Amino acid sequence: MLESKIPGGPLEDKWSHYKAHAKLVNPANRKKLDVIVVGTGLAGSAIAASLGEMGYRVKSFCFQDTPRRAHSVAAQGGVNACKNYKNDGDGVFRMFYDTIKGGDFRAREANVYRLAECSASLIDQAVAQGVPFGREYGGYLNNRSFGGVQVSRTFYARGQTGQQLLLGAYQALMRQVNAGSVQLYARHEMLDLVTIDGKARGIIVRNMDTGAIERHGAHAVVLATGGFGKIYYLSTLAMGCNGSAIWRAHKRGAYMASPSWTQIHPTSLPQSGEYQSKLTLMSESLRNDGRIWVPKNKDESRVPNQVPEEERDYYLERRYPAFGNLSPRDIASRAAKERIDAGYGIGPLKNAVYLDFSKAIKDQGEEKIKEKYGNLFRMYEKITGVNAYQEPMRISPAAHFSMGGLWVDYELMTTIPGLYALGEANFADHGANRLGANSLLQACVDGYFIAPYTMANYLADEIKSGPIDIRHAAFAAAEEQVEKQLQLLMGIQGNLSTDYFHKTLGKILYDKCGLSRSGKGLEEAIREIADLREMFYQRLYIPGGYAMNTELEKAGRVADYLELGTLMCYDALTREESCGAHFRVEHQTPDGEALRNDRDFSFISAWQWEGADTPPKLHKEPLHFEFVTPAVRSYK
Amino acid sequence: MHIRLKIWRQESPDAAGSMKSYTLDQVDPDMSFLEMLDMLNEQLLQHGERVIEFDHDCREGICGQCGIMINGRAHGPLKHTTTCQLHMRTFREGEEIWLEPFRATAFPVKCDLKIDRSAFDRIIQAGGYISVSTGAAPEANSIPVGHPVAEAAFDAAACIGCGACVAVCKNSSAALFTGAKISHLVLLPQGEIESQARVQRMVNQMDAEGFGHCSNTEACEAECPQQISVLHIARMNWEFNKAQVLKK
Amino acid sequence: MGQWKQKTLNRKNWMALTGLFLCFFLVIHLLGNLQLLLPDERAHLQFNAYSHLLSGNILIKIISWVLYASITAHVIYAVVLTVTNTRASAKKYHYDKRGAVSKWYSRNMGVLGTIIFIFLVIHFRDFWYVYKFGQLPLDSAGNKDLYRLVTAVYSELWYVLLYVICMIALCYHLLHGFFSAARTLGVYHPRYAGWISIFGWVFSIVICAGFALIPLYVHFLK
Repeated sequence: MLESKIPGGPLEDKWSHYKAHAKLVNPANRKKLDVIVVGTGLAGSAIAASLGEMGYRVKSFCFQDTPRRAHSVAAQGGVNACKNYKNDGDGVFRMFYDTIKGGDFRAREANVYRLAECSASLIDQAVAQGVPFGREYGGYLNNRSFGGVQVSRTFYARGQTGQQLLLGAYQALMRQVNAGSVQLYARHEMLDLVTIDGKARGIIVRNMDTGAIERHGAHAVVLATGGFGKIYYLSTLAMGCNGSAIWRAHKRGAYMASPSWTQIHPTSLPQSGEYQSKLTLMSESLRNDGRIWVPKNKDESRVPNQVPEEERDYYLERRYPAFGNLSPRDIASRAAKERIDAGYGIGPLKNAVYLDFSKAIKDQGEEKIKEKYGNLFRMYEKITGVNAYQEPMRISPAAHFSMGGLWVDYELMTTIPGLYALGEANFADHGANRLGANSLLQACVDGYFIAPYTMANYLADEIKSGPIDIRHAAFAAAEEQVEKQLQLLMGIQGNLSTDYFHKTLGKILYDKCGLSRSGKGLEEAIREIADLREMFYQRLYIPGGYAMNTELEKAGRVADYLELGTLMCYDALTREESCGAHFRVEHQTPDGEALRNDRDFSFISAWQWEGADTPPKLHKEPLHFEFVTPAVRSYK
Repeated sequence: MHIRLKIWRQESPDAAGSMKSYTLDQVDPDMSFLEMLDMLNEQLLQHGERVIEFDHDCREGICGQCGIMINGRAHGPLKHTTTCQLHMRTFREGEEIWLEPFRATAFPVKCDLKIDRSAFDRIIQAGGYISVSTGAAPEANSIPVGHPVAEAAFDAAACIGCGACVAVCKNSSAALFTGAKISHLVLLPQGEIESQARVQRMVNQMDAEGFGHCSNTEACEAECPQQISVLHIARMNWEFNKAQVLKK
Repeated sequence: MGQWKQKTLNRKNWMALTGLFLCFFLVIHLLGNLQLLLPDERAHLQFNAYSHLLSGNILIKIISWVLYASITAHVIYAVVLTVTNTRASAKKYHYDKRGAVSKWYSRNMGVLGTIIFIFLVIHFRDFWYVYKFGQLPLDSAGNKDLYRLVTAVYSELWYVLLYVICMIALCYHLLHGFFSAARTLGVYHPRYAGWISIFGWVFSIVICAGFALIPLYVHFLK
């Protein structure tokens, strides 16, 4: 039975009530407690630094060569907080409502409310750390507006907000490394979770430089390893982003929640060839001034500027007159896919749509557009070689953010006691669709303001456990299993590269578990992935040895993706409704809009691992809406 | 297009390395440079050879992990561009392209084109932060920062830590990296407080890591993907000298 | 790392300060030498009197000691910096085009400095040593006749050429050195940094053109 541990009482008192009654650890006892934090993005750096400051002994792990490279660094637009600096009627409840509505009413009220409640403190913290947010001429903080809301609550540092917030957290972490409270392990990848008597007690890691397998014990383990959108191969994520840490924890008993809810971002650069490894995101803000269209003629061969106005289909403006080009991400992405699938896509692979600035340039002048988006236009030209002031950009949807992740309760603890999941690695706050500028917020709030309290509540009972002995049989068994898996992968000696399997898997998922899903397609996908998985263990080839070996690293991740992909399909298959990013073609209104089913599907799907060849087991955590009433999202 | 490659191969940190030749056909001019390397690695793998190890992650120019000396230039022939943002259309048909790791005594080579840049982390550890613990922060708008100052601080803070400044410097100096962080923090009122101790500790660490002296050739600014100004180095010097004069 | 080990930035400060003092000295030296451009008779007596004045004055003596110390320190620090930098960048690139993004003279201050140093040795031997320790005839006012020595030396074409070449080296050394010193000392404000680099250009060219002009003038027009 899933116990979400949501405190009782009025919505606005739940978190303060929790904090007032949670157990504490005496400062003198904190140095007796070890905590492992895997991942050094916003959530990981924030919790590691915060726990270090409090006096716990922390070990921080990341696979990158330095913590500062975690993929939080790439977030562009901003971070939301209900400071109401713009005096436009913002407040905690409004932000809570926007977020839960944006998530299509598939998140917990209490969690989302807490996110909004803690948002203001995050801005204070970041400013104190030296994050150079955009400011007004009087010296006070500025805000911009973002999709899906009617207030200006987004704080930003040009187009590099994620980078600046991450550097703030990274510097806080480096301060603790210097103070000796945090030990840093860069280029270490977690390969297994160790549980003793049902509790998380440590991890097995591989030193990616030397290939050495190491054991690390702790009283609690935090996974802040980000999202797994890279499972689609082509995504806006970094090459190294992976789901292995959470997946291996899942195989040790932690439930995965709603893994199929992946946000597909509408404004990414399209794939231009088979060789492509990455889809670069172009900030959503471009949709403020760009108009999206495809030709009305399927076999249009003219260059875009020569297609006359009456032969262009501004499909977002046509379908969603109220929001038009600023429709939420899931809707904009799906509308693009609809046109592309219908054969109206543009570009050599007919896989993109135009984002046209000619009207904005005519109305406002090129200078004004340059001032607003100059860096994005430069980036576009760098990548494509095309000057977007003169012809429209080509954009296309791309896998971006995992709303799903490890199931966690109100304390961010997974179903394994002592194992926590923070940030994008958990499923918590975004429901079935994340609003822009909420991901940085969630990662930071989890790390700085929630986990430090909830973990103390758990660690208070661990003082008497004494140091964790890594000579325990559970460590030896886990280590042996890790070594066996590495040997298994190295020993296949087939003739296909890991990338081949990754790309094939990605294609299956894009086609059948991407922007739109059908029962039939998902069943096919499950079979296809099973075949692919079988082939993987027969024909994979990894050159090189056990020391530094990129191919070996990738193979382990793809082995996990092949299992995770299956779970995503099961998750999508069982959810017989359309909500947020999850669109089942069987469940749509006559005019092609998502049709949610609150009566039967107002729950979080939490999946239990039953073995690679057995279908996973579904547990349902019902969602109770006490303070808001789920309504149909309409952007018409 | 057809290209010829000369690539530094080195098994391990202690092994001796050498330049090895490769050729690659059917390279698409729209490929990114790293995708070209992916293609080469696929070819090596098909021949049962160990793939080329190179640093990369986000492939959108912000994480700072990629960094290859391409044709004798840090991140390749384009200014202010990371290796991952470089595309094959920049090169000519049949061109010979040289790939080497960023070289500096403080950046030891780990394997092939992969290097160890943890020296940068240790410089930040020495003082590249504001000493504020979680929860101790005052209301954000209680610390007004003028618009130009905030923008200048951002310019310095934009550093991605790729190490191109060190790689291109004839002295392997880390002055731009260190200066940018010192400048970012000292510009802000909340960071100015501990500037004296910070600059001395960071400069000490920079020296201890074995980086060279800055001789103001300004090559670092030209190659920096974030176009960080060399004036931040002057700012570091100013803060350092001020700290020397004022220290008790 | 021992406490005795000086920080890189301090070494650079010494380079900058000694360098700027030498710049200051160049101004004084040039002003004195410009007297050689006066009509022959007047130049003869005035230049010798000026030289005598410089060798007798206690203040000038102190400055000259600072000058010797500056030259020595500038050279020693240059060697120390070069050694450290060579150690920091010991691993070389097989294919190196880094020069495309910086000025050649900024990368070759050591080479330019060495040329200047060799010039200094010759220059000291020919004038300073002879004046101090050699046997010079006296002029009509009873001062050592340095003027005759100078005009005699400058009548040699090879010496004039050497002198001019070394002044070109000095010019490039100053072009980088002057603004670099300001940077090292911490001029970070963009406006002042801009002014200083313009001033540095003008300074370098005026000083070196001035010094180069004198032997040419003496050789060809006197």
